Amino acid sequence: MGQKLEIDVNGKKHQLDADPETSLLEALREDLGMTGTKYGCGESRCGACTVLVDGVPTHSCVTTIADVKGAKVQTIESLEKNGTLHPVQEAFLETGAFQCGYCVSGMVMTAVGLLKSNPHPTEAQIVEYMSGNVCRCGAYPRIVEAIQKAAQSGGK
Amino acid sequence: MTTLPVEKSTAISRRALLKLLGGGILVAAAGPAAIAEALSQRNRPAMPQNISAWIHIGKDGRILVLTGKVEVGQNARTSITQAAAEELQVPMSLVTVLMGDTDAVPYDMGTFGSLTTPMMIPQIRKAAAAARQQLLTRAAKTFGVSADQLTTHDGKVWAGTRSASYGEVAGGEALTDTIPASIAVTAPNEWKVLGQTVRKVDARDFVTGRHVYAVDMTAKGMLRAKVLRPPSYGAVIESIDTSAAEAMPGVKVVRDSEFVAVAAPSLSAAGKAIAAIKVEWTEKPGQPSSKQVHAILRGTSTIAHPEPVAGAKPLSATYQCAYIAHVPLEPRAALAEWDGTRMTVHTGTQRPFGVRPEVATALGIPESQVRILVPDTGSGYGGKHAGDAAVEAAKISKALGVPVSVSWSRPEEFEFAYFRPAGVDELFATFTPDGRIVQWECDNFNSGPPGIECPYDTATPRTESHQAKSPLRQGSYRCLGATFNNFARESHVDDLAHACGLDPLAFRIRNLEKSPELQEVLKAAATKFEWGQHTPASNHGFGLACGTEKGGYVATCVEIAVDPKTKAIRVVRAVTAFQCGAILNPDLLKNQVDGAVIMGIGGALFEAIEFENGKILNPRLSKYRVPRFSDIPKMETVLIDRKDLPSAGAGEVPIMAIAPAIGNAVFQATGIRLRSMPMRLPA
Ligand code: FES
Ligand code: FES
Repeated sequence: MGQKLEIDVNGKKHQLDADPETSLLEALREDLGMTGTKYGCGESRCGACTVLVDGVPTHSCVTTIADVKGAKVQTIESLEKNGTLHPVQEAFLETGAFQCGYCVSGMVMTAVGLLKSNPHPTEAQIVEYMSGNVCRCGAYPRIVEAIQKAAQSGGK
Repeated sequence: MTTLPVEKSTAISRRALLKLLGGGILVAAAGPAAIAEALSQRNRPAMPQNISAWIHIGKDGRILVLTGKVEVGQNARTSITQAAAEELQVPMSLVTVLMGDTDAVPYDMGTFGSLTTPMMIPQIRKAAAAARQQLLTRAAKTFGVSADQLTTHDGKVWAGTRSASYGEVAGGEALTDTIPASIAVTAPNEWKVLGQTVRKVDARDFVTGRHVYAVDMTAKGMLRAKVLRPPSYGAVIESIDTSAAEAMPGVKVVRDSEFVAVAAPSLSAAGKAIAAIKVEWTEKPGQPSSKQVHAILRGTSTIAHPEPVAGAKPLSATYQCAYIAHVPLEPRAALAEWDGTRMTVHTGTQRPFGVRPEVATALGIPESQVRILVPDTGSGYGGKHAGDAAVEAAKISKALGVPVSVSWSRPEEFEFAYFRPAGVDELFATFTPDGRIVQWECDNFNSGPPGIECPYDTATPRTESHQAKSPLRQGSYRCLGATFNNFARESHVDDLAHACGLDPLAFRIRNLEKSPELQEVLKAAATKFEWGQHTPASNHGFGLACGTEKGGYVATCVEIAVDPKTKAIRVVRAVTAFQCGAILNPDLLKNQVDGAVIMGIGGALFEAIEFENGKILNPRLSKYRVPRFSDIPKMETVLIDRKDLPSAGAGEVPIMAIAPAIGNAVFQATGIRLRSMPMRLPA
């Protein structure tokens, strides 16, 4: 405790007065008030807490703020620009790829990461890449469909 | 299954409501006799009658609908919005639904049992139709014409080219008529908003992460709390030393005999403070394990079956299912605020009016001093009937005099919520060699009677549910015990078909003369699946099953594959046909059906709570397997829209047929009959 640690979230630098071992998830949700990123398991098994760290989908529950020092963190809050949804968000909306919605932030961020690294994934690649994310409501088929739709619209 | 506590129906004071809403039209609804009857049969309080307000029209023409139902992902918010928009003949965008705020909405038992569609939707339709009727009466006076010369569209009343908005006609005044029992509502074949695919209300807030769940809520000066959990069920505190926790910066400790909690500025600080408490426990010895549980639940009572009638052969079998967890992705959470007089709790629950007395009792204050509000919740599946997190947050907030947030960890959610009950089913049937079921008996132990009745044509079926002492806390679930009872029955029926040398589809149809609805869904699923037209590949099998509950009818056909080495079962393809009367929203219905089938794969193949000595052995997602992307078969869904039938709920029943369909397919592939859920082939 005590020392200040700087993290870069959505292009903005934040000074955190926190234990470097604090999870990125807690820092986002509690210190920065960005509650779009969710807790689901705390052990890297559900993907609800997924954010991008330098463009790579990362489970923020098992990532400390010290781990992301000097890196660029991107959360769900950064995707909508001037009222326009990111193509992946748009595709989730169009497809109705959720029910209770609790998994959506993590699903969308993972899918954004997927399309960054592989703009035209096959269905099998989508299933493989998304396999760390749980939707307990079982919207999986539509999530796959939404990602395919986003890929078609060139959404990265 | 849960025994729901019977609560007093609490009528909301009209004055309080008017104050809350700032005036406007209030239509008091007399609940239809059928609802009152259904409720009294279940010995539960009726919906408030005559004095209850369901609909408010603001001066700005915006329409507020009030309901005690809550949104947990089943899209009740959307269907209720559609219902009000349909009958008021306004665009959905003018309608807002206020859900689950116990200070503002009429009393409601809770959001369970697929009751929103058959009970709340008709109520809202009638209330909305009556509201429109009163607007017409009022506008007729203003325009100096008779009401039947008026039309309504786009939130306005029209007399030829003259028009006035609903807001203007209402003028901020309350109309307090009761809903005429005879009020006409729009017939399903004339629906313009209901029956259509419309997007989930507030969908955009979910894809942007803006929606605020209970777990996301904060308040000024709020602390985050953790509760000290016993190492095993029934353990009591022998000695405790909280001084180290109390010495931590910003940490406060609350103790009320066995209830010990800490509150801190952050969740991790609260976690560290809990870990710093030195406590010795006296544990409760001799608690059973999951390995023995079915023998315990079954007990030793003897069940006498009748002699087979002449010419019939008997077939008996025993089935069992494990305790499973709901695993709502949003764990239980609550934000409680004590203002010195009243306790306000925001929490994700399916029963706000059930949580209110829980909180009141825990605090020793009258219910009138408790308000529960339910933000749209990260799912429930029957798992969020109780108010555990709400009670905890309320106790700590009252003790400390600051707002307190409690959000459970995943292990807490596994260990201290409640489970879908484990159970045993003993089946006895007799059949004639020409393919008729003659006698039918089913005895259920512990997991409850839903879905136990036999829909097949038998003269004197006997079904009975026997209570047992469950070693684990158990409660509701999606479709309650029906998933298991249906698994047992549909597996047994499959065995009967094979015993007669008949195709399982043909055998079912032959024995379902009394149920054209089940025949209809079976045929629809079978046609889509091309049942009987193909031979499965080696290590693959086809299976089908059907089921009915709560006015819904489902049939599922599956193709499964068995890994020749590991013997793991994978569902390759699932075709489900579902009929729930007049469909309210085809696309959202399809989403529900698919979601239920996928959830059903979990209970069918992997999910089981393991326990021993009062401890849950697999209380985390790394040890408790839920369906994932890679488990999802190719899915096809046939929705049968029966505009001639009343709409029935759809969140539950589609889960019923998948497990037995899988078991029947495994039998076809391997010749092995799996009688225990989750189903696993011996390696
Ligand atoms: S909360 Fe991080 S993966 Fe589940
Ligand atoms: S929509 Fe509920 S968990 Fe995915």
